[in-house]
Amino acid sequence: MNRVISYFKTFALWELLKGLKVTQTNWFRKSVTLEYPEEKTPQSHRFRGLHALRRYPNGEERCIACKLCEAVCPALAITIESGVSDDGTRRTTRYDIDLFKCIYCGFCEEACPVDAIVETRLHEYHMEEPGQNIMTKDKLLAVGDKYDAMISADKAADAKYR
Amino acid sequence: MSDDIVNIEVDGKPVEAKPGQMVIEVTDNIGAYVPRFCYHEKLSVAANCRMCLVDIEGAPKPIPACAQPVNEGMKVFTKSPRAIAAQKATMEFLLINHPLDCPICDQGGECELQDLAMGYGRDVSRYNDGKRVVKDKDIGPLVSTDMTRCIHCTRCVRFGEEIQGKPQLGTTLRGENVEISTYVEQNIDHELSANIIDLCPVGALNNKPYRYSARSWEMVQHATVAPHDCVGSNLFAHTLRGTVKRIVPRVNDSINETWIADRDRFSYEAIYSPDRLEQPRLKDGGEWRDIEWEDALQAAACALKDADSVGMLASPSATVEEGYLLNQLAKHLGTSNVDHRVERRDFSDQSQDPAFPWLGCSIAELEDQEAILVIGSNIREEAPILAHRIRKAALGGASVNFVSSEKYEYFFDVDNYLSGAGIVESLSSDDMKPVLEKLEKADNALVLLGNIAGRHGAFSAVRGLAADIAKKTGAKLGTLSPGANSAGLSQAGVLPGEGLHAGAMLDETLDAVVLLNIEPDADIHATTDAVGKLARQKFVVALTPFISDALLEAADLLLPIGTFAETSGTYVNVAGTWQSFGGIANPVGASRPAWKVLRVLGNLVDAEGFDYVTSEDVLAECKQAIGDVEPAAFAGSASGAKANGEDRPSEEIDTPLYSIDALVRRADALQRTPAASRADGEGEA
Repeated sequence: MNRVISYFKTFALWELLKGLKVTQTNWFRKSVTLEYPEEKTPQSHRFRGLHALRRYPNGEERCIACKLCEAVCPALAITIESGVSDDGTRRTTRYDIDLFKCIYCGFCEEACPVDAIVETRLHEYHMEEPGQNIMTKDKLLAVGDKYDAMISADKAADAKYR
Repeated sequence: MSDDIVNIEVDGKPVEAKPGQMVIEVTDNIGAYVPRFCYHEKLSVAANCRMCLVDIEGAPKPIPACAQPVNEGMKVFTKSPRAIAAQKATMEFLLINHPLDCPICDQGGECELQDLAMGYGRDVSRYNDGKRVVKDKDIGPLVSTDMTRCIHCTRCVRFGEEIQGKPQLGTTLRGENVEISTYVEQNIDHELSANIIDLCPVGALNNKPYRYSARSWEMVQHATVAPHDCVGSNLFAHTLRGTVKRIVPRVNDSINETWIADRDRFSYEAIYSPDRLEQPRLKDGGEWRDIEWEDALQAAACALKDADSVGMLASPSATVEEGYLLNQLAKHLGTSNVDHRVERRDFSDQSQDPAFPWLGCSIAELEDQEAILVIGSNIREEAPILAHRIRKAALGGASVNFVSSEKYEYFFDVDNYLSGAGIVESLSSDDMKPVLEKLEKADNALVLLGNIAGRHGAFSAVRGLAADIAKKTGAKLGTLSPGANSAGLSQAGVLPGEGLHAGAMLDETLDAVVLLNIEPDADIHATTDAVGKLARQKFVVALTPFISDALLEAADLLLPIGTFAETSGTYVNVAGTWQSFGGIANPVGASRPAWKVLRVLGNLVDAEGFDYVTSEDVLAECKQAIGDVEPAAFAGSASGAKANGEDRPSEEIDTPLYSIDALVRRADALQRTPAASRADGEGEA
């Protein structure tokens, strides 16, 4: 008996109609996808993207070369060399983050006692040449300088949860 | 109950202690840790940090374990609620004024206060007032200060008084205002001064050349041996990515205890000196040019193969392996013109030299001597650790006597100091009578020949007189030796035998001369105008870590070799202890360990048996070849010896503290110390 019913259903295109019903019901629903890159999803202020080194408002580097981020980094992506700066303070002479090694866990940001290293919301970056995956101190500071307003706003938004 | 055992109870466990022991020594022995800052086993008890408060049954208050002698039946509780509460309260008081700047403090990660604050500190401070700030002192190029961090444990003060014998740091003011300082702003100036860096439990006194360059947790610790004096102090070198960042002492109670000399600690700076030779160099028609290793080794091998007469000089700080290979190379080339005694001037009685220069007793036994006569030595500069042992003997009541032409400063009561005249003259004078009496009366007496005596123009006469004194008074005869490995090289046979000794070698015109780690202008005292004489030799191959003007003038081929940090090897100290160490740092430039260079040279001149793979192979063969060498003192006497050189003032032949070898001459921080400035004749820095 089942075989007879199935025979008739096949000729009546029953499966096709069933599929079209799904299409029809979704046709009038609100779309959940976005037209990236013209449209973007909302981001948390805790988003962990490209790293940046911050400065104090007077222009002084925040980083004091304590190397806690280097020690906590589970991917060993951070390499720091330190020394005595011209004004006698402890400063980095080299601060490299290898973006290929980094797993964007945010531990460096958590470990930093002076909020120097942060992960910004930036995630749209690319490399073209070998070696560009290394974020040097200059590059990190440049990112920090350029997006200072955004980083400060994100930090302020998160402050009450800390 | 016997008289020399006291039964006490620690945390409920019965423990046997010796009378007079402090509670903290007993708890340390059984591994029951009591926190402490001011207590240090090598220093006197101060009991001023109050961190080691423990609960003792019957006592109305917690008692500091470091200052409480054990009593029969005493019951100590190190972890009782009252003891822990007392320790926590102490910690809270200490942290009132201690800054919370661990992230920028060099002590961070290895700080006793930081460690204990993890266990005994509160997570939130109850203190809201301002913290104390203390001005930093400038106490010289070796030790940096952050006096705000000081917790006034006074370990550094006690070190100055008890170990240096020269109090340089002290406390001023009282209570809240107390400060550690040098009273009048000045540099600390002692050959052991930098040990206060290790003593300081917090980050108040730190290593200045190392300042801010690394963190304790990221470095790798390697055991090594000090390459500067005949003591062979045990060291730990801390390296970061193959670069030596700092040197700290390795505890060895039979040699250096917990102390090391400043030059052992800071000479590593020279490894990265701009003077390092990074590529082999050949003098080609008067012009120096860099060449590849292969060409350099071929050039050296050709020169050696074609030479009819060859001479070889090794630094007294060369390792046993290097010395042995040099000797094997010389044997293959059919010469016995090999020597390491480049500092010696008088070779007239060299046939009577003992198997190796020996101290006469072990280093620890120096403390037990009842009478010591030191002849021709500036021992604080020649072997600071031995000077410390002798000072301990003197404090223990021994009669310490000196004979030298210059008068050097010692920080203990010197019984007799004969100076002003030549050493031979002083030794033969009537002024020696009280010294001889002291030596004769003592059961345990030692006559010690120093390096100034060793460099003396009439060394044979000095040595003969010393041997006579030792024989007459029943004292032991010992000697210091130049470099780190005179004892090892003597045993490895880096001696001329029938051949030309270091003094005569350069007077001849040889076809080829090999210099191993020698700077002819500063290291060779055996002959005058060594640079000029070397320049007149036909072909001079210098294996050297450093370039100097003198080498550029004297040599024809420079082969870059590693310093002590870049090579594996073995040093034998003056007490006859063999100490091997491994290579710990990446080589600088194209430099290679000297034993490897000599091994390949051996292959290139077709010498037999040069197939060693590791330096241990070389050492094993060397040990087999020489067997067990019994230490023995010089057995000759003054009768055969004559003063063939002038009885010169020591000043001319003394090598100052920070000029003894190529490494310390290039250690920047050491060269800025008051001691180095004095030697340069610039007066007090």
